[in-house]
Amino acid sequence: MGEFTVHRVRFFHYMPSGICAMAFNRRTERLAVARTDGSVELYSRTDHFFQEKVVPGRQQRSIQALCWVGKRLFGAGLSGEIAEFDLDNLRLKFSQDAYGGPIWSIVCNPQGTHLAAGCEDGTVKLFEILEDQIRFERNMGGQKGRIISLAWHSSGTKIAAGMIDMIKVFDLDSGELRSRGSRMQQSQECVVWSVLFLSDIIVSGDSAGKVKMWDVNTGTLIKNHQVTEWDVLTLSVSQDETSLFAGTSEGTVVQFQLLDVVLGQEEKEWVRTRTFKNHTHDVIALAEADTVIISGGMDTQLVVRPLLDKLDFKSRDSSLLKILFPQRSLVSCAKKAGLLLFQYPTHLELWRLGDTEGHGPPGCILPVSRNPEKLLHLKIKGEDHVCCSAVAPCGEWIAYSTTSGIRLYRLQRDNKNVSITKVPKLPKVLRHAHQLCFSPDSSHLYGTTSSAVHVVALTSAGCKFEHSLKPNSCVEPFGNESQEISDGKFLASANSNSEIHIYNMHKLKAHCTVPVYRSGVSAMGIHPETNNLVIVHADHQIFEFSIEQMQYTDWSRRVQKEGLHHVWLERDTPVINVTFNPQNPNHVILHDSYMFCIIDQSLPLPDRKSQFHNQLTLKSLPEAERLKHSHAFKECKLYQPLLCVDMLENQSLVVVERPLLDITTNLPAPVRQKKFAT
Amino acid sequence: MVESSEVRVVRCGGSRINVAAPVISVDSRFLLCASGDLVKVFSTSTEEWVHVLQGHTNVVTGITLNPANQLQVYSSSADGTVRLWDFTDGILIKTFVIGYPIATLLVSNKHEGILFLVVPAKDNSNSECLQLVAAHVPKTLEQEVEVRELSSVLPNISPNPRAVGFGREGEYIASAEGLKLIVYFFRDQKPYRFNLSKSTKKGAKNTFTCVSCHPKDDCVATGHEDGKIRLWRNFNQKKEYTYTTLHWHHSVVNTLCFTPEGTTLLSGGIESVLVQWQYDRNSKYILPRLGGSITHISVSADGSLFTTSHSDNKITVIQSNLKVSAVIQGLVKGEAVHTDLVIDPRSKALVLNGKPGHLQFYSLQRDKQLYNLDIVQQEYIYQEGLDQYEVVKAAFDAHGSCLATVEERGKKLSDTEITLKFWDYNETAQRYTLTCQKVFCAVWISTLNILYFSSFVLNTTVMTPHDNRITSMCFFPTAETTMVVTTARDGCFKAWLLGQESDTEKQGTDGPSWSCDFVGRYHDLQPTNCCFSADGSLLAVSFQEVITIWNPETWELLTTLCQPPGNIKDLCFGRLSCSRYLLATTTKNMLCCWNLLTCSLEWSTSIAVTLLKADPLSENMAVFTLQKEQTDLFVFKPCEPRPLFTQNALCVGEVQRAIFVPREEPLDNCDESSLWLNRSQLYCLTENMDLLAFTTKIEDDSLISRKLVCNLTLIVFEKHIKRVSCSIFCLVTINPVCHLLPTQAVIDDSVAVTPFYLLLGKHRQREQEMCGLPVTEQQGRAQLPQGSVAVREVRSRVPWKCLVMVYSTRSRVVLLLIFVCVCVCVCVCVLFYTFSCYTRRLMSCPQRPSYATCL
Repeated sequence: MGEFTVHRVRFFHYMPSGICAMAFNRRTERLAVARTDGSVELYSRTDHFFQEKVVPGRQQRSIQALCWVGKRLFGAGLSGEIAEFDLDNLRLKFSQDAYGGPIWSIVCNPQGTHLAAGCEDGTVKLFEILEDQIRFERNMGGQKGRIISLAWHSSGTKIAAGMIDMIKVFDLDSGELRSRGSRMQQSQECVVWSVLFLSDIIVSGDSAGKVKMWDVNTGTLIKNHQVTEWDVLTLSVSQDETSLFAGTSEGTVVQFQLLDVVLGQEEKEWVRTRTFKNHTHDVIALAEADTVIISGGMDTQLVVRPLLDKLDFKSRDSSLLKILFPQRSLVSCAKKAGLLLFQYPTHLELWRLGDTEGHGPPGCILPVSRNPEKLLHLKIKGEDHVCCSAVAPCGEWIAYSTTSGIRLYRLQRDNKNVSITKVPKLPKVLRHAHQLCFSPDSSHLYGTTSSAVHVVALTSAGCKFEHSLKPNSCVEPFGNESQEISDGKFLASANSNSEIHIYNMHKLKAHCTVPVYRSGVSAMGIHPETNNLVIVHADHQIFEFSIEQMQYTDWSRRVQKEGLHHVWLERDTPVINVTFNPQNPNHVILHDSYMFCIIDQSLPLPDRKSQFHNQLTLKSLPEAERLKHSHAFKECKLYQPLLCVDMLENQSLVVVERPLLDITTNLPAPVRQKKFAT
Repeated sequence: MVESSEVRVVRCGGSRINVAAPVISVDSRFLLCASGDLVKVFSTSTEEWVHVLQGHTNVVTGITLNPANQLQVYSSSADGTVRLWDFTDGILIKTFVIGYPIATLLVSNKHEGILFLVVPAKDNSNSECLQLVAAHVPKTLEQEVEVRELSSVLPNISPNPRAVGFGREGEYIASAEGLKLIVYFFRDQKPYRFNLSKSTKKGAKNTFTCVSCHPKDDCVATGHEDGKIRLWRNFNQKKEYTYTTLHWHHSVVNTLCFTPEGTTLLSGGIESVLVQWQYDRNSKYILPRLGGSITHISVSADGSLFTTSHSDNKITVIQSNLKVSAVIQGLVKGEAVHTDLVIDPRSKALVLNGKPGHLQFYSLQRDKQLYNLDIVQQEYIYQEGLDQYEVVKAAFDAHGSCLATVEERGKKLSDTEITLKFWDYNETAQRYTLTCQKVFCAVWISTLNILYFSSFVLNTTVMTPHDNRITSMCFFPTAETTMVVTTARDGCFKAWLLGQESDTEKQGTDGPSWSCDFVGRYHDLQPTNCCFSADGSLLAVSFQEVITIWNPETWELLTTLCQPPGNIKDLCFGRLSCSRYLLATTTKNMLCCWNLLTCSLEWSTSIAVTLLKADPLSENMAVFTLQKEQTDLFVFKPCEPRPLFTQNALCVGEVQRAIFVPREEPLDNCDESSLWLNRSQLYCLTENMDLLAFTTKIEDDSLISRKLVCNLTLIVFEKHIKRVSCSIFCLVTINPVCHLLPTQAVIDDSVAVTPFYLLLGKHRQREQEMCGLPVTEQQGRAQLPQGSVAVREVRSRVPWKCLVMVYSTRSRVVLLLIFVCVCVCVCVCVLFYTFSCYTRRLMSCPQRPSYATCL
């Protein structure tokens, strides 16, 4: 496996933000998740909840509700504006003020023609959805009291609105108030955080911790379930309306099911059945996707909980999935200079790694001769958050991009002083990049937009736009993904449709494309010596593509033929990064959030029955037998959770960790709960 | 009536009443519970035992009301029969012979004429494998019916009776075993199986412990080992079944029960807390501190009364507003009796370990616990692995005015904590209380027994009296000096004396206290046992192989006796005419007898002695020996070579504890073999914690005749202590059916005979059989190991059976006439008694009226 000097970095204070809204699109099987910093993430359910796209956030933007209309995603928040997200260019398409104060909730009707927004002023505003905008149609209600939650009946003629102490039902045809729920609690104010409009009843979740079922026509209470002492914040119902979920402030998700009172007879009743506790903090958003229930809340993690009674057999889908860390790299590493660039939403930090002169046996902690040092704290101009950043391998250039622009800085380091100058006159074409990257000799900057890869030559005097590369057969717009570069000759770029295009940078033209695989590309890398492209997909399949021969290598064919070990395929976090060991060309280093792995391509692949994590058994074996039992995959789980693993030029490994405890201590305190024996 | 005075071994009550779930009659007046071979009928309001359904020859395992007639009850037993009783009259109606030992009995409204029984699986001999069978009861007029039609319903049933239950009026049956729940629908004849995972993630222990089905909805509640309750629904589907989890119990849920309307679910576990769950709401009410862990819960038909059975042999009757209304307490049987069996000289109650940290005072005559004395005086909290204080020794002085107890905890020697406590009998604060500040005096017509329920007050607490475990403790036998000697494994014995009044006056405390008077050692050997001679002039302390004799006044070592090999186990002085002898048993199976006048070994014999007990009122000694895993008893006098009485094969296993209980009045029996029982009665406790007693025939018969003549009625005086003018009222209950004894012969196999049966007019044939019984039975039972005893037993029982017939065959009118006469007598007596009491009180106002002299 090899010996490395490991830089164990724990000074990247990455802090994810809480989840505040969620929407699941059943047609495209995409889940949209809004976070408190205003960013929106898109996950693909078919691809094991692989994070496909991220729309970066913006200061002062808060999203209270998300809503899918066909393939279009709308969001609204306390700024009082309804916005549509451009999912190809990963930014806002437009936003329109609803003129009703902060918006707490938006829903679209089942036909997909109208949007309803619940506003602070107590009105429900109806918008017609047009081709690329929305148009105000009419107002409903208009008394005092904000509208917290909205639900549209499946017939499209009625809207239920949850308010403080009240639920109102509006009839769309007549535009009048049909009925209202009585005051819900005598003693104190009760906020209806969430309403659902089922075919015959209205379900509400309120701040008194109750889930109540109401008759639509008479507005009378049918059933009352005390779920928690705290608030019921969100409700979600399955498509066939037999199962209902409620998320509470305690961090629990409670399931209700419509069950036969007596088996085989007509009479049915909503019965509280299961309780899932996977969150430490409030569950603010819930989404039901056929066989799974997805919940998110203040504790920033997205929990995908399978409903085992709806699954036929055990597979990767039947295990609990927690998504806590971003599935892209927020750290870029200057391999030659030994610098790390950390990307925060509103600033960048540049650190120089420490040094050591000590030597010791494997596993020991070496004395540090020079402490790591923070060189730079770069605040972002404007309100938009950073979407990508990069540092050149020589450490002289830093570039970052927001949705509004790209900035390039030149960094000059003397012995002690660090000075930074902004490079002016960046080419106009390169307004916004999804991914930025420097060539290995730091002479070029490559930036991808949704349609092309732009090449900028860097000189000490400034920068110069060189070329725009477009794929040979680009018909539809080009999502972004990672791009990787070899020794300056080849550049590979993948988009969200998992198409990979390879360009020859010497000739500045497209070289070839890699056959498309069904799962998204989670990481890839070009080997600096052999020019082989190693691609890892979200379902953990590994391919190796020889760029020069324009075909898959023998090793890749062998992997596909023999199949990967089931332990590897059942891993729940996708691989984030692929690097190579310059000392040993056979070594490929991969990492995800909980392990890094070195694949030795010279060793045989593990067969199905053999033990996958065999390092300990190997250690106990004598030297001679070790080779016989060893296989290509060598996992290391010593460092967890990982944000970045990279090799420096001087044969040392950089490991950026973010301990879970640091994240949880930074979260606000959860609601107090009595625990047994405390 | 033939005068024979054979000695019989009887099981004298104290059997478990928590084996099967009790049943409450429809009118909520009676509570039926299985107790050993009997079914006892208690009154739910007075806690008193009304009568007994006797007939089973082995342990009763289940009782349930007959769904067709709510005044009848089915009982199943390990003897392979199910019997149907009329419990208001106590009549056996029918006997169904199944032929297999029955573990549980279930009936359902829907399945009329079918009994559901849990019996051992037929095909394989593995007795642990049980199955549920349906037995079709044939409709015949015969009294004893053999049931041959058994059809298997479900295999692999858990031996736990709480793990099977009917749902929705018998539509389906649910059974849980291990990690599997099976729901069997009778209509489709289709079982559905649900498995839980074995994983112990997050402390989960999913093993099922009990099942209860909702009476109206399709919902099955199951209890689990980790304290969770799951409510299963949609269980007619393989995959889309679902369950709700309720979690309050922190460890095993022992039992679950839905109320008849299905509005609440009751659960009980090891915490001894009854939890009442609201079925469709997420709220619960709890009733804590019920005593031992809850083993069964049952609910009356109208849902107004609940009963909980507890592991400390107790049944609590609880009203539906969660208020305890009655407590029926049997003899508490823990895992072991650490304190020996001790007799309280004052109340004549048997004293032994009760609830954890308590001593129980148990009346042998009434088969009822009188009260518990809290020795440890700490709140008992159940927790697994927690080291609790245990009362290990208890001793009374000659008058019962002083009690010494030893409690210890800590399994390892290093953390052992020992406390020695001395208690004084408090005359002024004498309590006439049982549980609720009332006194129930059982007044018999011929003899007047008055039970004083005394209270002991803590006098002195000695922390760490010895550095190691205390092995024995004894009081000075006479009343002149109050002295206690303790021996311990730390190598010394200590004598403790009650201080003089004058000493304590100086200190200003409120009474004399105990202090250590003398510490004795002998060659660093460990003392094992100690014993005073009857007059208190000698103290014998055994140090491993050596017995040392001390003068308790001067603490001078008088002599040593030694008979190797083997350490001394039991030690006792002879009494009365044999007081010159000292007897000891050794671990090497020797029984030695020394003559103290000559200081030489008088005789010794090699015998596997497990226990040696001396009668305090006579010269007799009892020795229990263990041979071939059976215990034999010898009663002998130290001066005579021939044993007075021998009982072979008393019981299987070792007899751990035994005691001679002095009689109230000595019997004037002259039969040689039972002469030794004249002064006192021998009780012993077997390995299975059965309390056995040795009685003579005469005694039983006299008791029976007394009962038959007057049909003993219980007169209950209720007296409120605080009221000066004691209001006494009497309550006379008359039952036209004669009661049988609470005791029942252990080695007895005769056919039950009831008046009802006799009324059927079949008695003649039976009578003839019984007259011819001595011959045939003798032949039939000659092969039995304890044949001789059994034969004697049978022979001795025949006459009084005839007597029963004589009485029974006469019409009830005659009996009633007698009863009326008796009633009048009783009333007159009571009136006279109250009048005399009252006049005495007026005249002298005595501190404590002596009831005995009143009559």
